[in-house]
Amino acid sequence: MEALFAVLVGLFFSAAIYLILSRFSIRIMLGIAILGNAVNLLIFTAGRLTRVVPPIIPAGADTLPSGAANPLPQALILTAIVISFSFLAFLLVLTYRAYQELGTDDTTRMHDAEPEDRPLPPLGY
Amino acid sequence: MAAPVTDLSAAMVTAPVPPAHWLAILPVVLCISLGALLLMLRSLPRLQAWIAIAGLVVLLLLDAALLQQVVGHGPLTMVMGRWLPPFGIAFTVDVFSALMALAAAVAALAAGIYALSDATESGRRYGFFPLLMLLMAGVTGAFLTGDIFNLYVWFEVLLISSFGLLILGSERSQIDGALKYAVLNLIATTLFLIAVGILYASFGTLNMADIAERAAGLSGTAPLMTLACLFLLAFAMKAAAFPVNFWLPASYHTPRIAVSALFAGLLTKVGIYALLRVLVMLLPAERDELSLLIAVVGALTVLVGALGALAETDLRRLLGYVVISGIGNMLVGAALGTAEGLGGAVFYALHSVVLMTALYLLAGEAGRRGGSFSLAALGGLYRQNGWFAAISLMLLLAACGLPPFSGFWPKVLLVKASLDVGAWWLAGTILLGGFLLTIACGRVFLFAYWRPASPALPPVRTGWTAGLPLAALTILVIGIGLLPEQLLQLARSAADGLADPSAYIFSVFPEGTIR
Repeated sequence: MEALFAVLVGLFFSAAIYLILSRFSIRIMLGIAILGNAVNLLIFTAGRLTRVVPPIIPAGADTLPSGAANPLPQALILTAIVISFSFLAFLLVLTYRAYQELGTDDTTRMHDAEPEDRPLPPLGY
Repeated sequence: MAAPVTDLSAAMVTAPVPPAHWLAILPVVLCISLGALLLMLRSLPRLQAWIAIAGLVVLLLLDAALLQQVVGHGPLTMVMGRWLPPFGIAFTVDVFSALMALAAAVAALAAGIYALSDATESGRRYGFFPLLMLLMAGVTGAFLTGDIFNLYVWFEVLLISSFGLLILGSERSQIDGALKYAVLNLIATTLFLIAVGILYASFGTLNMADIAERAAGLSGTAPLMTLACLFLLAFAMKAAAFPVNFWLPASYHTPRIAVSALFAGLLTKVGIYALLRVLVMLLPAERDELSLLIAVVGALTVLVGALGALAETDLRRLLGYVVISGIGNMLVGAALGTAEGLGGAVFYALHSVVLMTALYLLAGEAGRRGGSFSLAALGGLYRQNGWFAAISLMLLLAACGLPPFSGFWPKVLLVKASLDVGAWWLAGTILLGGFLLTIACGRVFLFAYWRPASPALPPVRTGWTAGLPLAALTILVIGIGLLPEQLLQLARSAADGLADPSAYIFSVFPEGTIR
């Protein structure tokens, strides 16, 4: 099961990196969405994937029986999902605004903050 | 049915928390609750501003009290929900954390006062002051936390507040800059999260003291080198080290000056703080292995920053490169890893928080007085007001690392530490970087101040909202330069705490706590 997930996480990461390397902002956003999910799956896998032993502390014991899935990574993912979701929402709005204001979704043509033909500083007066 | 009697002392803190320990959490509590309060007062922008300033003053006092407590009594720990560490999320404060938090509060107060006149009405209505408080919550939380996942959460808090601050005004260049800033910084924090996930898989704990204790024993079995590399890349991106620095000059000059000043003072230093905390304290063996790489990255960052500053015409973009050059110096300190080198890096970080905030405020004033940020158009500022020119010259010289200002001492420490380990090329790079920066800053003074303007600039009054923070920060810069001894001691003890975290670990796990 872990091996399968490892491959899946790898595929997610490759897709995300491929999309982020694009110069079109909407593809970058799709890449970031996939990247967030790749990380979530990675942490999920790190917490052991098993249904055999329920994560319930039996009567008379202090700790989980060995081999149970660790619930903490799932709590971490929950935090990460909320955060990455809100970031994605912000970024999508920002991308849309950038498209409206700058008239392009091609990042190589976004030169408002850094104009292409900036003059060199003066050499004397 | 009577409830079974259980002994909670095995899992929970049963003793009442000493009052002084509340200081570890109060700065963050203050920032978050004020952020929420200010959000509700958005229809009263004037009241909002004054509450924010009062809150920042209180934050400064709290951080100062915290520093005094930590220096006097050693690191202190407070756990959330009274769960014993490593199960409860711990806030652990040592000298390094407290120093950085205090410096951040100074910078935030200066930028907050400047913003009283700089933030426009609409900017305030869209939440400048609430976002400022939330940014401070994120920055302070990142400095004070003792839990690595919690550190990630604070990174995200400060990141989302910085997005909000960056686009206040919704100008075209702001949206352009914010897009690049947002995407690259989000990728950096995602890398950090990946590393945290793998770290939990190998260590089974997220508490930094616990990790520091176990790291040596796991070096054979866990992928610690992979972890160290991931952390290094993530934090180098946050700190704007070459070659992952390109988001900084693309975005830092676009927002309002108060926001630029805040970002330049705080955000990159949070990256450096996390880098030192994780690589030096948690993974020291791996840092040793990577030290050559960090040194090369640091040296290149010093030079790229200085060369970038030489090639810029826009005053604010030029300062962005000065920030980057400073980051290189801190990385050199992290690469050396000796007590002297780490002390230099800590000292440089403190100096940089204060100085970069002051320099951006200065650029804002210069731009307002001269009517432009371009070196090609500015001129006549010296003739216009000699006092302002004097303050400018002192701050610019401090940025180059010349005595008797605050930039001098950390560079002395770093150069000495480099020569001590025989890394003459690192010492040479730091000095060369300082030399190039001196040319760049000298040129700013030459063109913007000495060059006569035609027609001569009309006299402009500087209000107290700009004059007070500038004067206070300049006095601080001169004061550190003239009387560095105490801060030097503090930086040294912060560095010692990083290199030998036994006091840090002891504060989280005092004897008698079951593990």
